[in-house]
Amino acid sequence: MAAGDWQIVGFTAWVSALATVLILPFGLGVAWILARRQWPGKSLVETLVALPLVMPPVATGLLLLRLLGQRGVLGSVLHRRFDLDIVFTWRAVLLASAVMSFPLLVRSARVAFEGVNPRLEQIARTLGAGDLRVFFTITFPLASRGIVAGTLLAFARALGEFGATVMVAGNIRGQTTTISLAIFHAVEVGQDGLAYRFLGISVALAFLAVWTSEYLNSRNRAH
Amino acid sequence: MSLILKQISLPLAPFVLELDVEINCQVTAIVGPSGAGKTSLLDLITGLRRARSAFVQLDQSVLTDTARRIWVPTRHRGMGYVPQDLALFPHLSVRNNLLYGHRLHGNPSRLFTFDHVTEVLEISSLVQRRVTDLSGGERQRVALARALLTAPRLLLLDEPLASLDIPLKARIIPYLARVRDEFKLPMLYVSHDPDEVITLCEEALILERGKIVRRGPPAQLFGQSLSIRREGL
Repeated sequence: MAAGDWQIVGFTAWVSALATVLILPFGLGVAWILARRQWPGKSLVETLVALPLVMPPVATGLLLLRLLGQRGVLGSVLHRRFDLDIVFTWRAVLLASAVMSFPLLVRSARVAFEGVNPRLEQIARTLGAGDLRVFFTITFPLASRGIVAGTLLAFARALGEFGATVMVAGNIRGQTTTISLAIFHAVEVGQDGLAYRFLGISVALAFLAVWTSEYLNSRNRAH
Repeated sequence: MSLILKQISLPLAPFVLELDVEINCQVTAIVGPSGAGKTSLLDLITGLRRARSAFVQLDQSVLTDTARRIWVPTRHRGMGYVPQDLALFPHLSVRNNLLYGHRLHGNPSRLFTFDHVTEVLEISSLVQRRVTDLSGGERQRVALARALLTAPRLLLLDEPLASLDIPLKARIIPYLARVRDEFKLPMLYVSHDPDEVITLCEEALILERGKIVRRGPPAQLFGQSLSIRREGL
């Protein structure tokens, strides 16, 4: 593979990792709230969070394009105030990956939090612990395997993201091309060999992430 | 010790927990069938559950007063709580379970030092072990020690011997008596078992479907039922 092809692999891994790191605090927060709190309209929030999982990715991409384009509600403000453009830049790749991975992280983390016996958290409170201490010393460590598994799953999802990315970031070689976009392009122009090489790399990366996630999940169930 | 529970109204599934009672004995038993509201009452006293109406006062401190919107958070109530399932933290060693609350409370009294509590309950040799490797009786004593190490103002024990077989119960009861005599802590002791209550408690409240139906010295309350049981043997 040429240096430019390896750049695509590196860029995909880097942007997927960054997207996963960025969604982690929000995802854990939402997952914890969904696992531990009840309020009217909770099902609405649950549905909204799960939407990117079931909507066609290109539809999510179109929404992001409308929202973040230079004439979009958010995009116009960012452009005017901060001279910051999102669409058709690496930031759009990051955003699309983050949006598409978010529901997977929330689902896994929520299941992990729900698996922690609330009695343990209550008893920690009787021992003098406040909410943060309870979270970081009881809830998080006991849910950690599920959270790590969810994080890896979200990373794997980001690696393979295509539909939303192509809508909001395009396919600009050296700037926004990811492995998925490169495979599509290689097939389109008849470079089957290159497509298979990218395919091999993406299978290896995804296999590693999902296998680690499954391994941690099985250890979590056994725990 | 004076624990005042007034105007308690907590809806539970088939009935409402309704209490108006003042408890002044050092060790008081709450006895009743499963589902009578015993654990809910302890949760209410510790602030783990909120009632639509409640007044809870321990000695001079008002902990809950829904009428005046007073509600002291659980972590500031100074309650040592040993729940029925013990709720030992499975990811922490015995030592770290014991120190969990102790660290937060500093060392207010020589009575509640780590060394003294572990010595009284004979668990000094267990501190390096994982809680998942402990026997039933050892787990019981570790949970009790963890609660004691916060130097609580009131110790709440929710059926602490329910999951143990009879020989193990007989071995743990002296530890509970030792805690009662050594630490002079006021205790609320939830139990099904009249023998335990007669051995350990000065007074018993009988709770049925959320209401106290009788109270008095355990020997007096259970004497008759025990003699009937013994005759039946």
